[in-house]
Amino acid sequence: MSENGERNVPGKGLLDGLAVTLKTLTRRSTTQQYPDVQPDLPPRSRGVIALSEENCTVCMLCARECPDWCIYIDSHKEEVVVPGAARARQRNVLDKFDIDFSLCMYCGICIEVCPFDALHWTPEFEYAETDVLSLLHDKDRLGEWMRTVPPPPVHDVLGEPSKEEATAARKAAGPGAATAAKTARPGGVRTRPPATAPPAVPPPPAAEPAPETDK
Amino acid sequence: MPLWLDLLIRVAAVMAGFLVLPLVIGQAEHKVMAHMQGRVGPMYAGAFHGWAQLVADGVKFVQKEDITPRDADRAVFQLAPIVALFPYLVVILTIPLGPGLVAQSLDIGLFLVLAVLGIGVVAVLMSAWSSANKYSLLGGVRGAAQLLGYELPLVLAAASVAMAAGTLSLPGIVEAWQPWWLIWQAPAALVFFIAGLAEIRRPPFDMPIADSELVFGYMTEYTGLRFAFFLLAEYVGIVVIAALTTVLFLGGWHGPFEETFGWLWTLLKIGALSFVIIWLRVTYPRLREDQLQRLCWLVLVPVSLAQLVLTVAVKSLL
Repeated sequence: MSENGERNVPGKGLLDGLAVTLKTLTRRSTTQQYPDVQPDLPPRSRGVIALSEENCTVCMLCARECPDWCIYIDSHKEEVVVPGAARARQRNVLDKFDIDFSLCMYCGICIEVCPFDALHWTPEFEYAETDVLSLLHDKDRLGEWMRTVPPPPVHDVLGEPSKEEATAARKAAGPGAATAAKTARPGGVRTRPPATAPPAVPPPPAAEPAPETDK
Repeated sequence: MPLWLDLLIRVAAVMAGFLVLPLVIGQAEHKVMAHMQGRVGPMYAGAFHGWAQLVADGVKFVQKEDITPRDADRAVFQLAPIVALFPYLVVILTIPLGPGLVAQSLDIGLFLVLAVLGIGVVAVLMSAWSSANKYSLLGGVRGAAQLLGYELPLVLAAASVAMAAGTLSLPGIVEAWQPWWLIWQAPAALVFFIAGLAEIRRPPFDMPIADSELVFGYMTEYTGLRFAFFLLAEYVGIVVIAALTTVLFLGGWHGPFEETFGWLWTLLKIGALSFVIIWLRVTYPRLREDQLQRLCWLVLVPVSLAQLVLTVAVKSLL
């Protein structure tokens, strides 16, 4: 539509405006009756961050990557005596894991960066407080959110297999087949139906000698 | 029927209409405006689709503190809302609903109506000047310029239909009305309606209020019940302008079964025109001051003068 063509009819803009409002009047309104009716949120909504405490190894990646430094972590080391081992092992124990949701900007970098799936998005969003200090959720409060984490979405049928599956398949095929499997992967994946995906059977630990004990 | 009872019934009926019709139109405005913007409007007050919203608003306004600014001219400041509201009450007194169904039939009804409507500008100036507030004053001066300007096309358009009917009595005009007047008097009807919108300062002619630039214009300093009076005056203004346009140009009670259902026809026409007033408010942005004056002096006044000539020509030919 050219501008000149529209200007030739005087008052057309005025009538168009009236038509728009009248048309909107006949349509159903898009208002959501929120407190009465809960919103139907998609499962991957970014409502609040949940912490699975037992998965956390206190690697501090999340705290360091957080753009506004709203994750506070404190920990201590504990000695674990493993029977039969030469010396006691050390283990990190989480003392404090706080997320300050008054600072959090819901970028999700901490969740992306966590190597052990200790942090999860959940669609829960009703945790407003009258006091801004109460928005600091400690690890117990963050752990409670774990109940609301939706199950992960099903794997895309046409997508690449997950890293874990691919690694397991490579290892099952033996050390020599590693490069062959890697190069053959893209073609092989598409033709393979998902039901017969490579069985994720991890090889027994004894068959995988560590370099130190080898010598 | 004794005179005092007759008077009492008439006054009570006018007061009922004066209080109920604006509420109905105010509620309709809430809902229509909301749905035209894809919202639902008030939903909680009164449980069913927020029908009691305006009642709740009224209760709220009564509870508010009635503040008079320290530097304000107290007497004038407190009188202004009444002066804004009262003329409309007088106008409603003269509007005929059906054949013989009018609170006070006057031979010079139209003259009285136009004269009384002109008092609105006094209320605007009173509230603006006495508030001792620069936003109020700016709003009031804008309002005065607008109201004085639009008075002219309003009166000229009304004069055209009065000439056509050959009477100044409002019931007389309705009785003389013929359906083909819809075409003959169409320009006058449009001019009257638009000028009427400007007279009651409804958007898109809400330059004197202009909340994005003047806080709330001449109403800035008002609180509580006095503010509610100004708001009520706005809604009564819608009723009055819709009713006057109905009576003068749309044939009032004329319609099928007009002997029994004449009053219903009048009310229906008033309702339809009120809907159009709300519709225009939702659709159009506010006119700038120069656009406002340009529309008045370069469009409405010439059109209404031409309509007068046309009316005279047709009248003398018949």
